[in-house]
Amino acid sequence: MSTRRSNNTSLPISPSFQVQFELDYGAFQLAVDLSLPGTGVTVLFGHSGSGKTTLLRCIAGLYRAPKGYLEINGNVWQDSEKGLFVPTYKRALGYVFQEANLFPHLTVTGNLQYGLKRIDKPSNSSVEQILELLGIGHLLDRLPHNLSGGERQRVAIARALALNPEVLLMDEPLASLDFKRKQEILPFLGRLHRDLNIPVLYVTHSQQEVAQLADYLVILADGRVLSSGSLSDTLSRLDVPLAQEKEAATVWDVTVAEHEVDYHLTSVAFAGGTLSLPTINAEIGTSLRVLIYARDVSIVLEKPITTSILNVLTATITGIVDDQCGRSVVQLKVDKQLLLAHITSKSAQLLELNIGMTVYVQIKGTSILH
Amino acid sequence: MQYLSRLPLVLPPTVLGFYLLVLMGPNGALGRLTAELGLGTLPFTFAGLVVASVLYSLPFVVQPLQATFTSIGEQPLEAAATLRASPLDIFFSVVVPMAKPGFLTAFILGFTHTVGEFGVVLMVGGNIPDKTRVVSMQIYNHVEALEYGEAHQLAGILLLFSFTVLLLLYTVLKTYPIVHQAFK
Repeated sequence: MSTRRSNNTSLPISPSFQVQFELDYGAFQLAVDLSLPGTGVTVLFGHSGSGKTTLLRCIAGLYRAPKGYLEINGNVWQDSEKGLFVPTYKRALGYVFQEANLFPHLTVTGNLQYGLKRIDKPSNSSVEQILELLGIGHLLDRLPHNLSGGERQRVAIARALALNPEVLLMDEPLASLDFKRKQEILPFLGRLHRDLNIPVLYVTHSQQEVAQLADYLVILADGRVLSSGSLSDTLSRLDVPLAQEKEAATVWDVTVAEHEVDYHLTSVAFAGGTLSLPTINAEIGTSLRVLIYARDVSIVLEKPITTSILNVLTATITGIVDDQCGRSVVQLKVDKQLLLAHITSKSAQLLELNIGMTVYVQIKGTSILH
Repeated sequence: MQYLSRLPLVLPPTVLGFYLLVLMGPNGALGRLTAELGLGTLPFTFAGLVVASVLYSLPFVVQPLQATFTSIGEQPLEAAATLRASPLDIFFSVVVPMAKPGFLTAFILGFTHTVGEFGVVLMVGGNIPDKTRVVSMQIYNHVEALEYGEAHQLAGILLLFSFTVLLLLYTVLKTYPIVHQAFK
């Protein structure tokens, strides 16, 4: 994200995570060897049983993988060859569980203080910033059972963040909440993303959360890594099942360029041009994330002069996959931005689409994520 | 071990008392040990009564404690570990406060159960006046001597005592959010 401050340059080692684990539970095996960026939000995505939570628990030290090497921004937390295993309570991490997991016998303040009392140098200013960020300042005297599910989860996030951890681990923090509560928390997560300089490892099986939060995406299946890379690269990879799904989409990071008040439109700029979107309530220069569903993208060979669709862009075809069920997934490049289009196999044949061809894409609709 | 601690629940008290009497007597294994240590033998002493009562009431103390520890589960312990608490720290800062209702229930059940004890006490203590005679036995003595008035008095006191304890237990337990939540 262009908005994130990257002031980690003072570190002697460039921030990164080395994550290698092997464990065997008989019915389930995990074998992972990842090198992840030490900044931004890395999402571990997969269906249930893919091993994403197991991997996160190994990173936290809640599980001890018999074979493993784990290095977080220069700190080695596990090196099974040397017999090194730092117990969870000695790891400078924050962990947010699927259920908020607050201490029921302590008030919100008590829960927030619990970790603070146990670290060397608590900084009060950041706690106040966190309370404000998560909007829980008015709940401090309450006991957890007097909070709503969404409030509880926000307190849990604050409790983890208050320790100013080296890394924040989040295990499907929204999964146990209903749609309304999710919508209540997502903006907070978006703000976390922008305002705090703490790297996040975020486990989810929700594509919406991936699109909204991820900078870097790891796709897991059956305890193995299917794909690992930046969000836009991974989302548009044709060899990963995501691109084939009905909800397949690409995500573009854009900035607000101009408001066309008369037409109730806003133009946003990306690396290779501009898009016209329904009015966005944001100042010029604001960074946004735009989601473009593959099903909303159509392809024409000649530049359409008379079309009702505003967003027509020049693109180069970089890949085509036929799903053998009448649908083709086309990967395109608009300048440097990757884009996916779902079209019928018949259209792909009639238009004689080939890799390397220059075509025009019409984008019927977009969603603004934040 | 778990089953052994529950044995007194189903074992007739006189049977337990009898075995304890034999075990702690001059020819029993425990009796010989205490004699070797210069403590004499335990039967027909107040110390013997205490040992027998502890064993007899053990399940009433272990059961609620075990139930509470199980109900706490792994989750709060894991949360505490991610918040920099060492295992010992977790025990005192999370397990003990969360298990408070369990400790209270265990204490009161154990205590009241011991107060009303008869069979084991008779076997091991032997109903010696001023030494090993307990309230429940005194009631028995009064009834034997057809002193119903005195028996009524003592029985009434025990009834009132038991009821008050039960009332207190539930009033206090209700104030704990965890229990409150669990029983809602």
